Amino acid sequence: MTAPALEIAGLNKRFGGLPATKNVSLTVMPGERRLIIGPNGAGKTTLFNLVTGDLSADSGSVKLFGQELMGMRTPERVHRGLARTYQILTLFPREKLVHNVVLALLGLDKLRWNPWAVLTGHRHLYDQAREALAQVGLAASAERVVAETSYGERRRLELAMALAQKPKVLLLDEPLAGLSQGERQTVRELLGKVPRDVTIVMIEHDMDTALGFAERITLLHYGEVIVEGTRAEVVADRRTREVYLGD
Amino acid sequence: MTRWNAIWLAIVAALLIAVPTVIGNEFYVNMASQVLIYALFALSINMMLGYGGMVSLGHAGYLGLAGYACILLTINGFDQLSAAILALAFSTVMAGFFGMLSLRAPGLGFIMITLALGQIVWGIAYRANDLTGGDNGLRLPARPMPFGIDLNSAPRFYYFALAVVAVALFFIWRFSRSPFGASLMGARDQPRRMSMLGHNVWLIRWLTFVLAGFWGSVASLLFVYYNLFLSPHALGLQQSAEILLMAILGGASSLAGPIVGAAIITLVKNVISSYVERWNTLLGAIFVIVIIFMPYGLVPGCRELWRRIAQRRKPSASKAASEPAA
Repeated sequence: MTAPALEIAGLNKRFGGLPATKNVSLTVMPGERRLIIGPNGAGKTTLFNLVTGDLSADSGSVKLFGQELMGMRTPERVHRGLARTYQILTLFPREKLVHNVVLALLGLDKLRWNPWAVLTGHRHLYDQAREALAQVGLAASAERVVAETSYGERRRLELAMALAQKPKVLLLDEPLAGLSQGERQTVRELLGKVPRDVTIVMIEHDMDTALGFAERITLLHYGEVIVEGTRAEVVADRRTREVYLGD
Repeated sequence: MTRWNAIWLAIVAALLIAVPTVIGNEFYVNMASQVLIYALFALSINMMLGYGGMVSLGHAGYLGLAGYACILLTINGFDQLSAAILALAFSTVMAGFFGMLSLRAPGLGFIMITLALGQIVWGIAYRANDLTGGDNGLRLPARPMPFGIDLNSAPRFYYFALAVVAVALFFIWRFSRSPFGASLMGARDQPRRMSMLGHNVWLIRWLTFVLAGFWGSVASLLFVYYNLFLSPHALGLQQSAEILLMAILGGASSLAGPIVGAAIITLVKNVISSYVERWNTLLGAIFVIVIIFMPYGLVPGCRELWRRIAQRRKPSASKAASEPAA
């Protein structure tokens, strides 16, 4: 039997007296497109932070293809095939786009410990970085500085950095946030082209895109999973309308 | 390296080699040696400050660790080379230990821990009379004689210091352009993101701390060889702060910045102080003026100024070219 790509069981996190996630359990199968929805403050980003190790959980388990991640630091989790994008862009604004992707590639390359080699001499890294940028339609902007690019281009750069790492599981935190209609369409198409060997878990508020993209949906409310199922099941559920979609 | 950079480098190298011949006066040649020693101190602290965003107020502690170790080993019968190697090894291992302690806290906590560690080294040097001679300090019997070359003359010591600093500069230049250097600068700007890209931010910073400690220790040995003497006064908070100011004044984000900063501060301290009683005030004024007009330091500030001038010239040049001839 195939191990789930991501298996979360009984995950708890409290900030003082405030429970951010309460006994969250969910299973995402390899190749699946999973959508996490919920009102603001439902604990969606906190859940991502617990999976990546940005935050440490109070209790529970997170497994990536059957391998326990709890107790591992974030870089170790990344080396096991986890990648993510952030809701608030975290890029290197003074650097060129290609350098941003090179940093992503270096993260998984032993070369990163070399204090003597000249980085720009390693053409293979730059070639790979340009390929990743081409994948998201930014080939022509590779030599531009991030600070001089548009918000939509930066969103795509985030995606390029994550995809360059060839992750097994990709966590996307509101990848369409702040984008124009045209840019949304571009990112939608990009996500549609991500190969099936990459499992995607996405937080998104743009329901048109999200529902078109996701195969299964998990609804979080006050840190708890209250509905989970196929698109049709979740949309039809009374609790989804009550806490998220409205009547 | 661009053609212009290569030309600049050749000019600077030629000037540095010509210093003893051009200056002639032994006092100023010794001054140039001091500039080189402090430049290496500033370059080493800049590995942490400029590339890693880590502000240390305990860098002079390496002067105590490597300096006293070298003197104690020499006066206890070790030859100069063995004493230097063992002193460097001891000081670098201690840098590793200090790094582990300091990196437990970010930001202000890091600064305060480095300050405390520097002060502990100073305190030991000051109080452990039997070991360090206390306030009286310790004397190194003689300068080393690398390859049988006597370093007692001012020009010879200058060339020795220049060779060591050139090797260090080449290493730090390569370091700043290396994959590790890129990871360090990434960790400075976006530590959380770097972690999520698979970089071990703590280890990157710790290794940088150790490397900076190593080059700081090399500078310490040069300091001891130059002065043939070490006392707690040389490793106090003021010394650490001055080294830090050298890097900031010249421009912590550049390779040449710490060298320029070291030259200005050393010259003001040693030369201008002979003519101006309140030289500290003058140094403070220079620092304030530079920070107001060039907040990133002298070298990056001058580069920016040059870029603006070049930009202003360009449109006028192209306009002139496009005007029809009379």
